Parts: sequence; structure tokens; C-alpha cells
Amino acid sequence: MLAALWVCSAPSLAAEDDALDLEPLVVREPERQPVDVDRIDTENFEVGIFGGVMSVEDFGVNPVYGLRLTYHVNEDFFVEGSYGRTRLDQTSFEELSGGARLLTDSERDMSFYSVSLGYNLLPGEAFVGGRYAFKGGLYLLGGAGSTEFGGDDRCTVNLGVGYRFIPTDWMALQLNVRDHIFDSDLLGQDETRHNLEFSGGVTLFF
Amino acid sequence: MHTRTWRKRLGRIVWALGLCWSAGAAAWFEDYTPSVIVTDPYIELHTGPGRGYPVFYVAGQGEEVVVLKRRTDWFKVRGRRDNEGWVHIDQLRHTLDLEGNPVEFGEVGRAQYASRRWEVGMTGGDLEGAATLGGYVGFALTPNIGLQVEGAQILGDFSDGHMVTGSILMFPFPSWRVSPFFTIGTGMIWISPQTTIVQSEDRRDEIAHAGVGANVYLSDRFVLRMEYKRHTVLTSRDDNQEIDQWKAGFSLFF
Repeated sequence: MLAALWVCSAPSLAAEDDALDLEPLVVREPERQPVDVDRIDTENFEVGIFGGVMSVEDFGVNPVYGLRLTYHVNEDFFVEGSYGRTRLDQTSFEELSGGARLLTDSERDMSFYSVSLGYNLLPGEAFVGGRYAFKGGLYLLGGAGSTEFGGDDRCTVNLGVGYRFIPTDWMALQLNVRDHIFDSDLLGQDETRHNLEFSGGVTLFF
Repeated sequence: MHTRTWRKRLGRIVWALGLCWSAGAAAWFEDYTPSVIVTDPYIELHTGPGRGYPVFYVAGQGEEVVVLKRRTDWFKVRGRRDNEGWVHIDQLRHTLDLEGNPVEFGEVGRAQYASRRWEVGMTGGDLEGAATLGGYVGFALTPNIGLQVEGAQILGDFSDGHMVTGSILMFPFPSWRVSPFFTIGTGMIWISPQTTIVQSEDRRDEIAHAGVGANVYLSDRFVLRMEYKRHTVLTSRDDNQEIDQWKAGFSLFF
């Protein structure tokens, strides 16, 4: 019985031996390691520049430019730090009075910084014509910071709305409208000033 | 292409020097893009990293996908037919590596908060009627003891200033969602009068403080911070000045 079994199985064994002989001597196994999720490239930061116009109450409309750094905490919320500079024109009073000057030349440089929390309110795709779809979304922003206005630092609240347009995974374009609100007694009495910034920006994800 | 040849050349130099081709060296020269196998009935590939972006491809059970990069809780993957899309972490949680072992897709939560090392935050507050805006960086020596460096801008009606302090924080109950702490520290304060007010020169003084506060874990990496500090300004005049500071803000931990 056993001998019969051996006789029956012998040819197949021989065939397997032949097959093994044909195999290359060294079998290259790909080096496999457990997947380490922490080593996957993360791109939660966005850095870039912006430029546009800023209307400072009583001081005219002037170009504004600056830097922005954003950290995306999750798909809904992000934290944004921003620094910008603009210039103050003459007030109507200064122009009409002839020689009177409220501010020195260096005091007409205005700068501001802010840290804001952003919320992606309407994320989704935008369609350009019938062929192209781009990622993007409308976001809301609110935060606090400081503005150097007329030589003094003023505590500033900023509120804004913007649209982020993402043509590729590593770059985004933004359009922003923001109100920078602070109190100042520069023109006599203490009053709340609203200063509107309208700007566009380019950022890179890293 | 140019950078790739350079990477190759550099790789060969390293090899020629007889250095060990360790995983660390390999990671330096190329992005880490592991493959995983889908075990859920299917995973959905969105066009972008968010639920608002439409699903355009579905990778079925048993399909191998390459993980390319991550943004928040979304992973960019490449499927069988070179389809590239974004998958949420929840759908990758049941995937296996090529050996058939489960992949640990960790999620940021309370456990990570308890074992945090770094905390970066900002606060707004009140210092004897003046507004303060501050930023701080904290480092946890142990879950109970942390060090913190803080810079603040003081924005008053009559004067502006800055304050830089270093503190030690003690968290008696670090694992609580609302975790109280005590703090002591020291630093410097600079005060200068507003330009609309005619007054004496700028002042610089040493300060020391003691305070209490609480960290409230919100979600993901967000922590709410509330704090009360009593500062003693060590002035060059006869009396030291005591000032109260209330503040609140939020921080991110890593």
C-alpha cells in the first residue's frame, strides 16, 4: 500500500524538483516593514504673501501687503497668523487746512499683526466653464492682534470672509475681505475705527 | 529629474563609503509612501481633503493603495489605475500592510493630550484696564510639571508696553479634561506712554508673578486656556506695585 502510494507520488515529486531547479538561486523578497503612519509626509501648514488695498478710516485708501502663515488643525478649523503694512494718506482736514500736519512721515507707516481662527464654511468644488473643476471653499475668520496706528499700538479685532481656490495640491490662491477694528483718540475723542482690507494672496502648502 | 539624479548620486556616494543603507538614510532621499490593502468593502476617494469634495473613485476590498501624503485627517492615496484621491482616516483604519498586519492610524485625542510635549498658544486679556495680547510656548517636563515662555504686548489707553516672562506650571491632575494648574515665574516689563500724552520717559522693571488657571481640552489639538496672575512689579521707587492680569486663549499641542 505504502509502496503504491510512493510510486504514484514519485513522478509529481520529481516534477516539483525540476521546477525548483529552474528557480533562481536567490529569491529577492522586497524588504517589508510595518507601515509607520507618522512617517507619511504631512502638509498642514500654508505660507504665503498677500497684497491689495486697505481703507483706513479718515486716512484714505492705500496699497497693503504682507505675509501669512496658516496651520490647518482639522478639515474645518485653521489658525492663521498674519502681518501687514500700509500707508496713511492725509485726512480731509489736513488737505483743506493747507499746512496742518497731524502725523509725522514715519507715523504714516501703518503695520498690523493678528492671530485668527478660521472656519471652512462652504468647502467644495468650483467649476470654471464646462471642463474644469477646482477645489476651494468659502471661509470665515476672526481674531485679535495689534495695529501700529499714528505712532501708537492699538488692540485690534479683525473679522473677515475669504475664498480659497486650490488649483493644485500644493498651492492655493485667496481672496479676502477683512475689517480691522480698533479704538483710537488720534483725532480728538476716543472712537471705534473700521478699516477695510481687500486683498488677494498666494500660499504654498508644506 | 535633475534632483532625482542627484539623489541617486548621493545615494551611490553613501553606498561607496560603505555606510549602512539604513531606513533612516533611505527616508532622507525619498518620500515615504507605504502601500496598504483595503479590507473594508470599499474606500471612497474624494477629489480633495474634505467631506465637501465629491467621491470620484471607489477602491474595493483587496485593492492595494499607495499612501502619498497627509493633510489633517485626510490621506492622499494612489489606487490601482493610478487614480489619486483623498481618503478619510476612518476608512483607512481597517487597512492591512502587505504582510497582513493591521496599520495603526492613530487619531489625535485625549490620550495624546495627556502625553503632549509642546504647547503653542495665544491669549488675550486684561492687565489693570489695559488689553494684553500674548503668545506662549510650553514644554512638559513631566505630565505634572511644565515650563513656559511667554511674550505679551500691553495696549493701554495711556501707555503701551511689552512683557516677557518665564514660568513653571504645576498640573496636579493632568489627565482631567478640565485640568487646573498653579504657576510662578519672573520676567521683565517695558512701559512707554502714548504719543498723544505728554509724560515722562519709558520704564523698564523686573516682575515676578504667581497665578492659577486651567487648561480645558476641546478636541483634536485644541486646548482652551484660562488664567489669573498677580504680578509684583519690582520698581526702582520705594514701593513695589501689584498688578492683576486676567486672560483667556487657546493653544495647540504637539
